[in-house]
Amino acid sequence: MDAGSKERQLTKRIGRQTLLFRRRPVVVSTATAVGPEETKGPLAADFDVTHHSNLFGQKSWEHAETFMLRESAKLAISKVGLSPDQIDLMLAGDLLNQIIASSFAARDLYIPFIGLYGACSTMAEGLALGAVFVDGGYADRVVAAVSSHYDSAERQYRYPTEFGAQRVPTAQRTVTGAGAALLAGSGEGPVITHATIGRVVDMGIKDANAMGTAMAPAAAHTILQHFTDTGLRPDHYDLVATGDLASVGHGIASELLREGGLDLGTRYTDCGMLIYDLNQQRVSSGGSGCGCSAVVFCGHFMRRMLQGELRRVLLVSTGALLSPTTTQQGDTIPCIAHAVAVEMPPPSGQPGGEG
Amino acid sequence: MEPIMPYLRAFLVGGLICVVAQLLLDGTRINPAHVMVTFVCLGAVISALGLYQPLIDFGGAGATVPLTGFGHALLQGINKDVMEFGPVGLLTGGLRATSLGITVAIVSGVLVAMFFNPKGN
Repeated sequence: MDAGSKERQLTKRIGRQTLLFRRRPVVVSTATAVGPEETKGPLAADFDVTHHSNLFGQKSWEHAETFMLRESAKLAISKVGLSPDQIDLMLAGDLLNQIIASSFAARDLYIPFIGLYGACSTMAEGLALGAVFVDGGYADRVVAAVSSHYDSAERQYRYPTEFGAQRVPTAQRTVTGAGAALLAGSGEGPVITHATIGRVVDMGIKDANAMGTAMAPAAAHTILQHFTDTGLRPDHYDLVATGDLASVGHGIASELLREGGLDLGTRYTDCGMLIYDLNQQRVSSGGSGCGCSAVVFCGHFMRRMLQGELRRVLLVSTGALLSPTTTQQGDTIPCIAHAVAVEMPPPSGQPGGEG
Repeated sequence: MEPIMPYLRAFLVGGLICVVAQLLLDGTRINPAHVMVTFVCLGAVISALGLYQPLIDFGGAGATVPLTGFGHALLQGINKDVMEFGPVGLLTGGLRATSLGITVAIVSGVLVAMFFNPKGN
């Protein structure tokens, strides 16, 4: 091995936690499916599949979630004229016990499958791992998909919705939605340039109704680490979007970032605040769930990147790694955030940016 | 005026009991299940102090329908069975006195589940 190739190998990893993708895997297509509440929100026009009922014509919430995940994966694949048998790998995760929405959807797709669990950080986790597979040459086409569903999540984590328990103001509404992204070694579309793998951060929050507060330190840590590792300036990205901190967590994360010496100003947003109209819809402090950052990224951000409104986006999906059992036993909430940097290359023929 | 007074008194007593529950939910970190258990126990304690029956005499269903009324019925049932059958009444009285409410809850739960599906929200 000569010095040059060794150098290239080493620089696939920069700083403490960041991966650099030299082959720049392309997000060639994305697709989304959302429930009725999400179609009342401001991003309704950016979603592909919807239904007037949270059941999507299925017989249970869990079947509905599986349906959304499967349909969004199939649609992301068919949008570029491919079929599932031409896909090398499916990476998927959700919030249900034993990630059944993902496994049951994968059962019908006949694509080699790896299940992921990163709670609500799974979209960024899937994109990062998919990019690793493509960049490393182990797969040429990878579909990364996640889902969450309000009623199935409430049944598992809190109370069945038919019980009618009151929700507290700091609570968030789990997004009923699934998003899928098809990554490929070549093609048209935004490229994944970096991924920063998060560390588990636990600041001792125990209240399962204050997820945004619990996750904000993990998000801030990953964002600060990303800028430290890459040496990029705060204005490198048009948008830095956390996954589902919602309004309460967004404020805390902004403050933590400023304390860390990073002022992103209005470039910093949160998918949980974008997906609903916080004044008009009864969603407490905003959206949450795997589906939140998934549908906002795969629907809204992708549309804006493809239309040239956004050039570079840092998606920082945030996850609370608790279980109903740990909550009942009074444990604190360990949290994580993974960051994925996505960039729209300039139209071919024009010189590239600093990249 | 007279015929509507029982309704107003029931509304007042039942409403005040529910206000206490709402304050607990909003002001503390306890969850709805905690409130339910607390109210059953609270009803039993108030009943033991001899204060629940006057509340029922005044508020009627406003006092018997909330969960505190269930705690009261448990305790009075135990009291009655102990008087009648001795110590074994400690184990039999509670369910005997509340059997109507419990059975109605179970049967109506089964009937509703047979004919309707949850729609979510």
